[in-house]
Amino acid sequence: MSDTAVLDDQVSAEPSRWTIVRAVLLSRPSVLIAFVVVIAFVLVAVLAPWIAPYDPLSQSITRINRPPSMQNWLGTDQFGRDVLSRMIYGSRNSLIIGVLSPLLAAIAGTTLGVIAGYFGGLPDRIISRVVDMLIAFPELLLAIIISAALGGGFWNIVLVLAAAFVPGFARVARAQTLSVKHEPFIEAAVAIGLRTPKLIMRHVIPNIAAPIVALITLWTASAIRLEASLSFLGLGTQAPNASWGNIIRDGLNNLFGSPWPIVGAGMAITIVVLSLNLLGDAVRDVLDPDTAQ
Amino acid sequence: MARYLASRLLDAVPTIFLVLTMVFVAMRILPGDPALAALGDNALPEQLATFREAMGLNEPLWKQYLHFLWSVVTLDFGKSLIQNRPVIDLIWYHLPFTIELTIVATLIGVLVGIPLGVLAATNRNKLPDSSVRLYSLIGYAIPDFYLGALLLIVFSLNLGWFPINGGGTDFWDRMHHIVLPALTLAFLKSAFMGKLTRTSLLEVLGRDYIRTARAKGAREPQVLYRHGLRNALLPLTTGLGISLLATLSGSVAVELVFNRPGMGALLIGAINERDYAVIQSGVIVFALCVVVVNLMIDLAYIIVDPRVRVQG
Repeated sequence: MSDTAVLDDQVSAEPSRWTIVRAVLLSRPSVLIAFVVVIAFVLVAVLAPWIAPYDPLSQSITRINRPPSMQNWLGTDQFGRDVLSRMIYGSRNSLIIGVLSPLLAAIAGTTLGVIAGYFGGLPDRIISRVVDMLIAFPELLLAIIISAALGGGFWNIVLVLAAAFVPGFARVARAQTLSVKHEPFIEAAVAIGLRTPKLIMRHVIPNIAAPIVALITLWTASAIRLEASLSFLGLGTQAPNASWGNIIRDGLNNLFGSPWPIVGAGMAITIVVLSLNLLGDAVRDVLDPDTAQ
Repeated sequence: MARYLASRLLDAVPTIFLVLTMVFVAMRILPGDPALAALGDNALPEQLATFREAMGLNEPLWKQYLHFLWSVVTLDFGKSLIQNRPVIDLIWYHLPFTIELTIVATLIGVLVGIPLGVLAATNRNKLPDSSVRLYSLIGYAIPDFYLGALLLIVFSLNLGWFPINGGGTDFWDRMHHIVLPALTLAFLKSAFMGKLTRTSLLEVLGRDYIRTARAKGAREPQVLYRHGLRNALLPLTTGLGISLLATLSGSVAVELVFNRPGMGALLIGAINERDYAVIQSGVIVFALCVVVVNLMIDLAYIIVDPRVRVQG
């Protein structure tokens, strides 16, 4: 009787997730602003055909290298293309790749991490060894190496970036799996004869999901940065298609013509990455308070 | 200590081996026909055949693999098809520019970042702390090649203080050329080191031995530097390794911005020109750099953490 009373007290003393969300949002107005900024960029990307003032690919010899004006808010590039329109369409590539590749990496990495953590033994030794080795490489370097072999193009970039993030997810998933593996509810599930695949899907994955979701949010920002870097290096989104990275690349080749494409596209990357970083920190604080301290 | 050293060195061997194997697999199997990739779609069948023969592509795969490993051991990287020079010569020319840039950027980044972190930790939740927080937020968000391009536009193009491109010739000229690229890379590094210093120092300053030091009457600077920062050095060393590698990979894009003839420029140029031998060796050099940096950090632990020295 008194035992249940104590238990009840403990349960009610634990703040609900929603309370934490509210506390994080209220104590940090920057998170709210970041959220609005990200939503705004997503809307721009989705509504690109209706918002963009010009066709991002249409060239004009008579209107090259214009500074910003009422007609072209961010000026025109060396082919007379409207920089703002290119940036608006470019946001599609940057954002979709930025979201897609951490998601794919999370699926592949979690699978590997759970296999290594749950089964142990030889699979664990092999996976851990390769992950330890790959994690020593900076993501950009891995991405450059892989895309040197694969080449550019939309799906190749997604694959390249995803591959660069897999080791990180695998390591986290493995550590989390090891920590829940010996929990009583897993042992109970084994004892009642639940089959292993079902057990992993129903009892392991949901219990390790929080830190992984937090990582996905944080790494969306990294993925956008990486996509921009790859496209800047000429290994990502290929001309004439625009992405923020290759707009800067074009701008640098036309440095004496007009610096405005560089200024505009770089600003867009910086603002989005900054907002996503703020948002990612907040998501981590809510979902995964242990690592956030 | 000797055992620690030996185990670290031995640990690096399978890593290098695995890296080389991955490069081999990526280069031979993924892109389809390397002869076609190198010579282009318009190459004549005879040209393709000669190329395959010259590169040893007609040999069985295991023989190619052994040959590949042997050529790396003997530093025989083959010949650049585009520049018609031994690849090893190209590497010896380009690599110093990258190493130089990484070292200068690291020095600036650490010398700015650690004091910023100390400032933030000792003024927790006050103006210096929030300024450093803002600084690192921007440092984490701004792409290095964008920052580099902005510095180039302002200080080289408009003000004319620094050269627009190249790597320089004699020592002073090289130092003149390195200022902007190094500052570009150092910005992210100082943001990272600043944030890390703040976190680790705050953690250490909350420990019991700091209270003991204060209780026995040690003066604040002594508490801060001898007891605080000294103990925060371990995570900082790990962080230094991460940021050294980030600088190395960041240098690829920054070299392109400033047209520096470093390893990054060599590798990217080779990828664009499908210069097969150069791509392969460029990738190997970068991978070996990663292994060497990690090894150096492991060795730095010996200096930073006396426990490693004692336990061995």
